[in-house]
Amino acid sequence: MPDTSVKATSSGIARIFEAIKLPVGDPFALAGLIIYALFIFTAIAAPLIAPYDPTEILYTEDYDLASDLLPGEEGHILGTTSLGRDIFSQIVWGARSALLVGFTAAFMVAFIGSVVGLLAGYFGGRVDAFLMRLADVAFGIPFLPFVIVISAFSEPSIWNTVIAMALVLWRDTGRVIRSQVLSLRSRGYVEAARVVGSSDLKIILRHITPNILPLSFLYGSIAIGWAILTEASISFLGFGDPDAISWGFMLQDAFASQALARQAYHWFIPPGLAIILVVSAGFFISRGYENLLFPKLGR
Amino acid sequence: MSTLKPFLIRTLQLMLVLWAVVTILFLMFRLMPGNPLAAYIDPTFTAEQQEALIRQFGLDKPLWQQYFTYLGNLLQGELGYSFRYRTPVAERIMLLLPNTLILTFSSLIVAYTFGILAGAWLAWKRNSRFEAAALPAVLATRAMPEFWLGMVLLAIFSFSLGWFPAGGTRSAGTSYDSLWQLYTSANFLSHLFLPMMTLAIYSQGLPLLLMRSNMLDVMKEDFVTMAKIKGLSPSAVVIRHGARNALLPVMTSFAIAVGYQLQGNVVVESVFSWPGLGRELVNAVAASDYPLAQGAFLMIAIVVITMNLIADLLYTFLDPRISHA
Repeated sequence: MPDTSVKATSSGIARIFEAIKLPVGDPFALAGLIIYALFIFTAIAAPLIAPYDPTEILYTEDYDLASDLLPGEEGHILGTTSLGRDIFSQIVWGARSALLVGFTAAFMVAFIGSVVGLLAGYFGGRVDAFLMRLADVAFGIPFLPFVIVISAFSEPSIWNTVIAMALVLWRDTGRVIRSQVLSLRSRGYVEAARVVGSSDLKIILRHITPNILPLSFLYGSIAIGWAILTEASISFLGFGDPDAISWGFMLQDAFASQALARQAYHWFIPPGLAIILVVSAGFFISRGYENLLFPKLGR
Repeated sequence: MSTLKPFLIRTLQLMLVLWAVVTILFLMFRLMPGNPLAAYIDPTFTAEQQEALIRQFGLDKPLWQQYFTYLGNLLQGELGYSFRYRTPVAERIMLLLPNTLILTFSSLIVAYTFGILAGAWLAWKRNSRFEAAALPAVLATRAMPEFWLGMVLLAIFSFSLGWFPAGGTRSAGTSYDSLWQLYTSANFLSHLFLPMMTLAIYSQGLPLLLMRSNMLDVMKEDFVTMAKIKGLSPSAVVIRHGARNALLPVMTSFAIAVGYQLQGNVVVESVFSWPGLGRELVNAVAASDYPLAQGAFLMIAIVVITMNLIADLLYTFLDPRISHA
């Protein structure tokens, strides 16, 4: 494994960026980063890009319900839903839900996983044994059913879904970071810090954490995809936040409104493509990270 | 017998995990808002039924006593009565389990057969233009929401072309003398095809990518170089020395894939109205049929945990390079 240590000379934000090591050199990862940039821009500028309110029920000029319009009719780029809502505007606003779910879940997964991995790897012994048995339990919980039950039995909101995901998904990150910390702990500069009497907290924060950050980000970028896919499944099954327009909600709406039987491809194909685009962008970025962190795998 | 010890340790750990999951399940269904009796008793049950259930599950006792009663009942396979079906939960689950297992294993066999062959082929075609196009495509299949893929296949092959039925396991009004006759009938298989393909297309990415990267690793090993030096043909080197050794980790991943697949089943079964455990779980949760939801969750968890153990053991015992420590 290459040494991922950070030069102590750089400071502040520059240091964080250096620690994250955005894999811009890899063509896959670069494509992923560009998709992400577009995705984030769309989510932020949604009110400016979307021509309509995504939940507004629209009427035609003759005061008829503007339902089930085809793409291009009455100026609707992707047509309208059976309830007369603009599909393109829903896609644009869906980016906002996806961004929110993806990034908060990924942050929580990377954070919990890193803390667990750091504690288990650094302190070893009983702490390690306890935390790793906890990870075993998390591996034994069927992920989607767990999120379904939690989402259904708590107040329907995106946050409950996100928390339920984080409660299970930290397991992979935790295990990988633990083994990385185990190998870092015996490195010379960590030993040296211990010899000169640095506290455990200082050693963890200053000497070990910077070196596991790229791994945290690798697992975070994978978790973004998982979170978006899971939220879509939850919304599709009808346990999602009823107030949030998400791509999963759109698919549920289309499915329940018989869009399949009516061949309304313009309704249910775009949300799926949007999900694929964003999730595979996360995969591409994580591949770039892997090539950077584990050059042996890089081909 | 030194080989038996790791087996025992892992099995013990599995029991511990199972106990933890069972406890989490108990708390999940007991700490939700509303009447604590709601986990087992529907207001429409008769007074005698309610009495019997309160006694059986100790619902008038404090929480910790309920917990031990719950564990005792579980050990006897006693899961309570479904609110909607008015039948024992265990009975209902055993009825649905075969449908889920058939869907899971048939789709995984298709996925692994294709994935292994295509992965070896991609390793063989390394650095070609074909590979450059195929890899992102494979990654994209992993990024698809499974239920969306199911919707697309349903719209095209069922609603547009009419080649396959839209849902269920058989046409209305058909009956078969035995389960075996049902499962081998053309009627059943045509219902199985679309949900199976949905799950297979999603699942083939894992064996494919694993096989490819293992092949690339193995082809660098000394015994492969040796085989080349001996003058064996390239195809003999790839198949006899490369593929055979690259296959092992892919096969152990099969067990893990079964566990993951069961979770994917939840949504795909819902799209295709496939009467399996996953769809039952969703319906039970939506209808507040708590005993049934608990039972379905538990059954899925048991399969996931068992498959994790099998994968672990296969990995340890089949690959002599991994120590048994």
